[in-house]
Parts: sequence; C-alpha cells; structure tokens
Amino acid sequence: MNQLEKEAYLREYSLLKSKGKPFFPYAVAKDGWMAVIVMVTIILMSLTLGAELGPKVDPTTTTYVPRPEWYFFFLFEVLRIIKPPSLVPLAAIGVPSLCMILLFLLPFYDRSPERRPERRPIAMAAAFLTIAAMAFLTYEGANAGSPNQIDMEPPPSVMAGGEEAIRAFEAGKQVVAQSGCLACHKIGENGNTGPGPDLSEIGGRLPRQAIARTLVNPTAPMPPYVDLPDEKRDNLVEFLAQLK
Amino acid sequence: MAKLPTTSGTRPRGTRAETTEAPATAPQRNKLQETGVSTIDWLDERTSLSAGARWMMFRKIPKGTNWFYTLGSATMFAFLSQAVTGVFLAMYYDPSATRAYESVRFLTNEVFLGEFVRGMHKWGSTVMVILIFLHMARTFFFGAYKYPRELNWVIGVVLLILTLAMSFTGYLLPFDQRSYWATTVGVAINGTGPLVGPYLSDFLRAGPEFGATTLARFYAIHMLLLPGIIAAMIGAHLYLVARLGTTAPPWIRAESSPELREDSK
Ligand code: HEC
Ligand code: HEM
Repeated sequence: MNQLEKEAYLREYSLLKSKGKPFFPYAVAKDGWMAVIVMVTIILMSLTLGAELGPKVDPTTTTYVPRPEWYFFFLFEVLRIIKPPSLVPLAAIGVPSLCMILLFLLPFYDRSPERRPERRPIAMAAAFLTIAAMAFLTYEGANAGSPNQIDMEPPPSVMAGGEEAIRAFEAGKQVVAQSGCLACHKIGENGNTGPGPDLSEIGGRLPRQAIARTLVNPTAPMPPYVDLPDEKRDNLVEFLAQLK
Repeated sequence: MAKLPTTSGTRPRGTRAETTEAPATAPQRNKLQETGVSTIDWLDERTSLSAGARWMMFRKIPKGTNWFYTLGSATMFAFLSQAVTGVFLAMYYDPSATRAYESVRFLTNEVFLGEFVRGMHKWGSTVMVILIFLHMARTFFFGAYKYPRELNWVIGVVLLILTLAMSFTGYLLPFDQRSYWATTVGVAINGTGPLVGPYLSDFLRAGPEFGATTLARFYAIHMLLLPGIIAAMIGAHLYLVARLGTTAPPWIRAESSPELREDSK
C-alpha cells in the first residue's frame, strides 16, 4: 500500500466507523452470547467426554501408541512422511519454522490494498491449499502408527510355539522399537529402507550368535549397543532370530 | 461521631434491594443511585479509569460487523475459562515424577467435581485451539491483517504459538502413559537422526530421570510463564483493537452515497 492508498483506506474507514454503532451494548451483547455458547460447549464436552486418565507411566513399554493432542497430528505426520534421516532435522525444525515465519510476515509481503476475498486469488489459493494440506495431514496422522512402534504379527512358527514364545517375541519387538533400529532398518512394513539392510528375514540369513555379535561389534555406521541390559539383548536377539 | 444519619436504617435495606433487585421505592432508589455514583466518583477521582472504560466500551464499531467478529472474544473467554479451571487443578496437582500421576488420579476420582473441572480444562484447550484458528481465519479472509493492523496480526501469531505451547506443556502433566509417550515421541524422532540420533534419544529418555526435572519444568512453564505472557499479549492485542477499531467486512463500502451500500458479493 502506498501513501495514497493508506489515506484512502483511513478516510473510508472513518466514514464507516462514524456510521457504526457503539461497541456497548451492541457488540458486547453478541460477544456475551458467544461467551455463553463457549462455556456451554466446554461444560457439555466435559460432562459427556469426561477426563480419562490413562494407565500410569511405564517407561519400559512401547506397546502404548504415543499420541499427541489431535491438533498436533499434522506436525507428527510431517515428521513421519519425511523419512530419510538426513532430512529429519529439516522436517522437525525446518518445516514448522518456515510456516511460522511465513505466517508472521504475512502483512509485510502481502501489501496490496485489496481486502475482498474474491479479488485476492493468490491469498485464497494459498489459504485453501494450507487448510487442505493440514486437514489431510491431520487425517493421515490420526490413522498412523507411531514412529517407534512395530506393527507385526508373530510369524506362524512363533504362534506354534505357544504363549511363551509369543511373549518373548513381543518383548523383543518392544526392545527393537525402543532402540531406534527402525531409523536404519526395515522390519516388515516398518522403518526405513537404509542405510542398514532389511531385517525382515534376518533370522534366515544370520545365525543367532552372529546377530548378537553384530550388536556389540557392528560395522559403521551402525552404532554398537553394548549398554543394552542382558535381558533386553536376549529378547532382541530372540526376536530377530525368529524373523525368517 | 455521634450520628451517622444515613447508615442506621437505610443501608441494610439498600443492600437487599441491590442484590435481589426487588422493586425499590423512589427515595430508596435515589439513595442507592447516589451511593453508586459517589463510589464511582470516588474511584474515578483517584484513578481516572472511567475515561478508559468509556473509550473501550463506547467506541464505535463499523456497520456490517457480524458474528464472525465474536471469535476473538470467544477465544479470550476460552482462555479465561482455562485460567479459572487451571487454578482449581493447581490446588491438587503435585509436579513430582513420583506423585504427579497419583495426584491427578486423586483429583479425578475422589475430589468433588474433580473430573468435571479437569474435563473442562482438557476440552477447553481443544475449544480454545479451534477458536483461535477460526479467529485467525476470519482476520485472514477479511484482510484484517493489512494496514494499519499489521502489528495486531504479529501479536496474534505470537498468541497462536503460545497457545500451542500451552497445550504441549500441559499434555505431559497428568503423567500417564499417553502423555509420557506423546512427549517421548519427539525424543524418538530425534532418535531417527543420523548417527548420533540413537544416542541422543537414549540420553533424553534416560529412564525415570526423564520425569524428575522435566515435569517440574513443564509445570512451571505451563502455569506461570506462558499464561502470564499470554495475558499480557491479549492486553496488547485488545489495546490495538480498540485503538485502531475493528475492520468493516471487506465488501462494505462507504464512498458512494450516505446510505451504506452492500456491493454485489
Ligand atoms: C545408524 C544406523 C543403524 C542403526 C540405528 C542400527 N543399524 Fe543395524 N546396521 C546398520 C548398517 C549400515 C548395517 C550394515 C553393516 C554392514 O554392512 O556390515 C547394519 C547391519 C545390521 C545387522 C546385520 C545385517 C546383515 O544382514 O548382516 C543386524 C542384525 C543389525 N544391523 C541389527 C540392528 C539392530 C537390532 C538395531 C537396533 C538395536 C540396529 N541394527 C540399529 C545400520 C544401523
Ligand atoms: C489468545 C488468542 C487471541 C485472542 C484472545 C484474540 C482476541 C481478539 C479480539 C477480541 C479481537 C477483536 C475483533 C474480533 O474479535 O474479531 C481481535 C482482533 C484481531 N485479531 Fe485476535 N485474538 C487472538 C489471537 C489472534 C491470532 C492468532 C491472530 C492472527 C494471527 C489474531 C489477529 C487479529 C487481528 C488481525 C485482529 C483485528 C481484526 C479486525 O480489526 O477486524 N488474533 N483479536
């Protein structure tokens, strides 16, 4: 907006304002009704939906699907979609900051004096694209598994082994999920294809001892997992050895 | 000090009339009004507040102002509701890793109306986030961020970020599985970073130590730091709203005739 347009706007606005009504009681009445609606909505939601308290924190499980508040789903979905590890910092920090900067600076790069939506095609297109993208990401995020969770049924050989075998399988699965292996390995439908090899059938390829040795003394870039407690390591090796 | 002429008989009756709004007889009403006016005069003589109140309340709003313009104040009411219910929650909450969960469980299951108030706070946060986005959308579609209201838009974005930060810090506080793991997801995502990632996430996660200091820190930020900044920011936001006036809907034009004409939409 140049100086002329600014003055034109101010003149027009003061005309409009002088013809308007006082804030009290006209706008106050509407705001008051709105406040009542807001309060009633909150109270009804509290009464019908309650305030559940989940099970107590247990840092040793990952069977629990971590879920942010629903309006953060879109953010987590961005983080989930951008898979290659080298791009994760970009997704985690880059995308949200970029969006926020664009939002902050909006009045400074959109300087046209036009205010009517139908005459601001670029702004409207950008807005609808943003809304559609956020709705889509929220929807996808709502239906996604968590990044550190493995969705995998025990294979038939484990099922045949009875309850004990299934429990060991599940325990190992949790350790793998917790230890960040999925960052570099694919297991079934989960995790990334690289830099490490696909582990979906590792049990058929490597004997048990070799898997255990890999964990303690791996080839770079895989980090060694020497600090893993023995029980967890056993579970993990057991789990991987059963993937055939 | 022998006689206080007005107080002896009239004060109690006057007070009753005020609270029950029973129809008062004329002389009583006059006395009541007098008391009210003189109280305000007394305050005003010392604070000059009434000019400010008049400036805020009797400013004009342009013709065409519609229900979309209530979204901002609706957001503010949601925030006030959060502040009030939050105070009640704070009376029972204990931000230590070992007792946080128990204190919330006690509040939810044992305290009279505890679950109700916690539910209001929980769902109030959702309502506030929805309202703030709707309000932002309204100002966007109406072009209200343009000259001379750019600064109010910028303050608005700060409020948006602070509101989301409130939600994020509050989510950990019940310290149940859901809140713990949601907060840990961020950490797990760090774990997918190259090379140092797994170490970093192990370091951040570090067993129960994750809760000991993190929880108290989240709590202080959630109930002191952020609400304080938000309240101040809302103050600045509203000051600018009153100072600059709210926009008219963009399709309202004043120029052509004394009659306000609605352009073809
Ligand atoms: C930083 C990435 C990275 C992480 C994290 C990682 N690995 Fe690896 N892993 C690799 C790479 C790369 C190789 C291939 C090394 C080679 O060529 O010898 C590998 C190899 C392996 C092998 C041998 C595969 C074969 O076919 O020889 C096993 C088993 C294995 N990883 C298991 C794991 C487990 C279990 C975890 C989690 C506790 C894990 N890895 C975490 C990168 C990683
Ligand atoms: C805690 C959050 C917020 C509160 C309590 C709040 C409150 C208000 C109120 C009461 C108004 C008066 C007009 C109306 O209600 O529409 C207003 C106007 C405005 N708000 Fe907000 N707001 C908040 C967040 C935001 C956000 C996130 C933005 C945008 C990024 C924003 C941008 C604006 C603008 C540009 C105006 C001027 C609108 C006009 O003049 O028509 N606000 N705000």
